[in-house]
Amino acid sequence: MLRACTVDELPPGESVRIAGPEPIAVFNADGELYAISDTCTHQDASLADGWLEGCFVECPLHAALFDLRTGMPSCLPAKQPVRTYPVLVDDGVIYVRAEAAEDAA
Amino acid sequence: MKTVAIVGASLAGARTAQELRAQGFDGRVVLIGEEPHLPYDRPPLSKAFLAGTASRESLELLDSDDLGALELRLGTRAERLDAAAGRLVLSDGEIAADGIVVATGGRARRLPGTESVRGVHVLRTLDDASALREELVPGVQVVVVGGGFIGAEVASTCRTLGLDVTVLEALETPLVRVLGPQLAQACARLHERHGTTLRCHAAVDGLDTRADGAGRRVTGVRLASGGTLPADVVVTGIGMVPATEWLSGSGLAAAGGVPTSAGLVTELPNVVAVGDVAACASAETGRPQRHEHWTNASEQAPVAVANLLAGHLVREYRPSGYVWSDQYSGTLQLAGHPEPGDELVVTEGTASDEAFAATFRRDGRTTAVFALNLPRAFTRLRRQAFRRPAPVA
Repeated sequence: MLRACTVDELPPGESVRIAGPEPIAVFNADGELYAISDTCTHQDASLADGWLEGCFVECPLHAALFDLRTGMPSCLPAKQPVRTYPVLVDDGVIYVRAEAAEDAA
Repeated sequence: MKTVAIVGASLAGARTAQELRAQGFDGRVVLIGEEPHLPYDRPPLSKAFLAGTASRESLELLDSDDLGALELRLGTRAERLDAAAGRLVLSDGEIAADGIVVATGGRARRLPGTESVRGVHVLRTLDDASALREELVPGVQVVVVGGGFIGAEVASTCRTLGLDVTVLEALETPLVRVLGPQLAQACARLHERHGTTLRCHAAVDGLDTRADGAGRRVTGVRLASGGTLPADVVVTGIGMVPATEWLSGSGLAAAGGVPTSAGLVTELPNVVAVGDVAACASAETGRPQRHEHWTNASEQAPVAVANLLAGHLVREYRPSGYVWSDQYSGTLQLAGHPEPGDELVVTEGTASDEAFAATFRRDGRTTAVFALNLPRAFTRLRRQAFRRPAPVA
């Protein structure tokens, strides 16, 4: 289990990048927390730097759009999904279950 | 609508093919490409592919699912459109189609009279990039004519290959018309910092050549101001000409491309145009405008498809004005539509840094945002400045 940050440190619309088996981006999308692999599957860019809109994040470089719920890209240039990770909140702290990495749907 | 023929198999055409399926069209989709190659992505052609670090496979735009859902006609040139009769004349036959997508892009402009001179290159297609890459061997001297995005990226790639590069720019600063004087200066400094020689106000008078086998090979670039720069390889990045010649007689082509409504529909309701070739009427001003950028081609496809399938205007195209360019291991990002006279406000760093962010403002509102090597700051500025329609889940 990886500690991301406290709930207070991640208000809606914000994201944080944490180290793990691979870099992971954690998002607060209008109150819902999501964690996905941080690296865009199109080209090397950090999705934590991306543009959050609803439960989609747009890669900051080339505008590939990923669904935070499934990791699936919804437009080119990305074609491969990003990995998704379960997120848990315990005592005001956000954790990512990275060792139980699930392949994206 | 039973058959949609897409003329042009680059990004705009490939995205349109995908969108047709995504928006529920279950008829026949024919994608026609003049080049023999499967649809490929162009941005890496001046960067990683040219440097030899990205493979041909990494450029593929369509996967096997996409390809299985369409009919490909590669190595096939469109020669004429008889839209009223729903007939497309190709170099190897004809197609009857009740929906037509014009996605023919454009051709790289060349220096007059240099078409057959060896060592002189343009960079628009995969074959262009492969031919240029073969010549970028250690020790060659490269002259890049034109300091826009393509020119700057080629110069940058040549530097990473350790080559001696000079960029010739006709204006007082490269990209000054896109970025305004201050930001253009900042980008110009990148060249100097990374060992590229930049010469502005430089007009080319002609090329020096020597006999080379059966033909001629470039040896230098003569400047209008006098003097000659020795050159083994010359790359011209001096813009493109919309590929509309095949539309002559169709009534759809104009000098500056294919005019369309704000919904990318041409004068004929069953013909839409997308990508570099489309001169789309601005939803705000009504003025026709072509956008020669990757994001534009990608964003236009869903709009054009929605209107083509509906048979009337259901969506208007509103360009995000997003452009990026990778130069010297950094990334320059611009979104919006800066105009001359907009006030430039640097919000992070200073314009002389390797990384900074800035906004353009006019009458109290933000017209554009820019960042060099600061994607996160760029994202924030862009989010603050522009709202975008939420994607459909």
